[in-house]
Amino acid sequence: MKLTLKIWRQKNAADKGQIVDYPIDGVSPDMSFLEMLDVLNEQLINRGEDPVAFDHDCREGICGMCSLFINGEAHGPDRGVTTCQLHMRMFKDGDTIFIEPFRAKAFPVIKDLVVDRSSFDRIQHAGGFISINTSGRTIDANTIPIPKHDADRAFDAATCIGCGACVASCKNSSAMLFVSAKVSQFALLPQGKVEATDRVLNMVNQMDAEGFGNCTNTGACEVECPKGISLENIARMNREYLSASIK
Amino acid sequence: MAKSALLKSSLAKKYWMALTGLFLCLFLVGHLAGNLQLLTPDNALNFNKYALFMTTNPAVKVLSYLTYASIIFHAIDGAMLTYQNAKARPVKYAKNNAAANSAWSSRNMGVLGTVILVFIVTHMITFWAPMHFDKNMPLQTQTITMNGQPSEYYLTTDGSYLPKQQVDQKVIYIKNRTEFYNAQANVKIKEGYKDLYKITVAFFKDAKYGLVYTLLYVLSMAVLAFHLHHGFASAFQSLGANNPKYNGLIKGFGKGFAIIVPLLFAIIPLYLHFILKA
Repeated sequence: MKLTLKIWRQKNAADKGQIVDYPIDGVSPDMSFLEMLDVLNEQLINRGEDPVAFDHDCREGICGMCSLFINGEAHGPDRGVTTCQLHMRMFKDGDTIFIEPFRAKAFPVIKDLVVDRSSFDRIQHAGGFISINTSGRTIDANTIPIPKHDADRAFDAATCIGCGACVASCKNSSAMLFVSAKVSQFALLPQGKVEATDRVLNMVNQMDAEGFGNCTNTGACEVECPKGISLENIARMNREYLSASIK
Repeated sequence: MAKSALLKSSLAKKYWMALTGLFLCLFLVGHLAGNLQLLTPDNALNFNKYALFMTTNPAVKVLSYLTYASIIFHAIDGAMLTYQNAKARPVKYAKNNAAANSAWSSRNMGVLGTVILVFIVTHMITFWAPMHFDKNMPLQTQTITMNGQPSEYYLTTDGSYLPKQQVDQKVIYIKNRTEFYNAQANVKIKEGYKDLYKITVAFFKDAKYGLVYTLLYVLSMAVLAFHLHHGFASAFQSLGANNPKYNGLIKGFGKGFAIIVPLLFAIIPLYLHFILKA
C-alpha cells in the first residue's frame, strides 16, 4: 500500500506545531497502525530526521497508552479497538491519512502526538479508590455476596483503560465517560458504597478543575470508546452526584 | 460544597438545562393547544377566548412567569456551556469526522437554540406585546345583518352583542382597553375581547410580507424540531434516567414529539396564509 500521511509535528509544549506530509510506500495491510508508524520512523531515522513521537506500551489493547486521532476519529475508523489493534486493511491504497494528537485543554501536547493525560490520574486520586485496612486481617472480597448482575455491570465499567478517546472524540472535550466509569465501578459494589458520596463529589470537582468541557449528551464518546463503556454510566454518575449534593 | 455542586458544577448545568428544557416542552404543548383554536370552526372567538384566558387566569400567570424564567435560564446556561466547551479545546482538529459518532442536531444545539431565541423575541414583539401593552389593540366585532341591514357589533365576554353604533355615538365609552362603560351612569356594563385573531390573520395574510412571515415561521419550527430531536431524550439522560428497559420508549417518544409538535405549529400559519379566505 502507498499512503500519504499528514502528521502533526510539534517540537515541544511551547512550539506552535503544524501538519507535515509524509509519503510512505510498501505498507502491508496486515500491519497494525503502530507498526506502520514504526516503519515510517525507521525511514526517518535512516534519513537522519527526528522520528515521530507517539505513545504506546502493551500493543494488545489493554494499557490505554496508544492514542492518536486518525482521520477525524479517536483510534481511527474501526470500532471497539485501540490504535495498536487498528489494522492497515481498514485503509485503501492511495489514501491520505490525518494523524493528530488527542486534543483538549486538559491534555496538553508534550511532543508531536504525545499528550499529557495525567489529569486523568489526578481525577482518579481524588476518589477513584476504596480505603481498605491492609493490616493483615483483610476480609476476602468473595465473602460479601454481590448479585451477578451488579458485579457484571461494575466489571463492564472497570474495563475502562483510561485512554482518553472519550475526551478526544467529544466536541466539548468532556471527560464524563471516563469519570462516570470510575465512579460506577465502585458505586455498584457494596465495598464502594461506603465512600460513594465523597467519591463522586471529589472526582467531579477535580474533573471540572482540570478544564474538561461539559457533557451535552452527543454520545460520541460511547461510539468511539475502545472498551464499549456505556452512557448508562454517565446517567448513573448524574444520579450519584445529585443525591450526594443534596445529602 | 453541596451548594455550589447544585449551581456551578458541570453536572449542575446539565440538571438545570434538563429541568428548564422539559418544562419548556410542557409549555409547547399548552401553547400548541391554544394555537390550534385557530383551526376550529368559529376560530376567531375560540382563539380570542384562549388569549383572554392566557392573559388573565392567575394559575396561567404563575406558569407564564416560570416560562419566561425558564427561557432566560435555559438560554444563559446554554450560552455558558457553549462558551466553556469551546474553551476546553483551544487547538481544533485539522480533520474531525464527527458525523461518524454523533447526530448533527446534538452538535449544534447552541446555534439551533440561538435561532429559536431570536424567533421567540420576534414572536413576542409581534403577538405578545400588543396583547399586553398596545392601547389601540382592536376589540373583536362581528357584522350581523338584520332586516337586510348589516351592522357591526362588539362581542362581549358574557356572550351578548353590543352595537358598535353606541360607541360611535358616545353612549358607551371604552376604558382600560376592553371595558365598556355607560357614559351617562359612568358604570362598567360589559367587557370585550381583544382581537388577537385579527392581528394574527392580518400578520400572516399581509399583502407584502405575509409569505415571508409564513416561511420564516415554518423554518423556525424546523429548527425547533432539530433542537427537540436531541434535547428531549437528552434531558432524561442528564437527570440520570437511563435504563435499557425504557430507553427505547424515551427516545421514541422524544423523536415523535420533535416531529409532531413543530409540525402542528407550522400547519397553522400555512393554513392562515394559503387556505383561509379573507
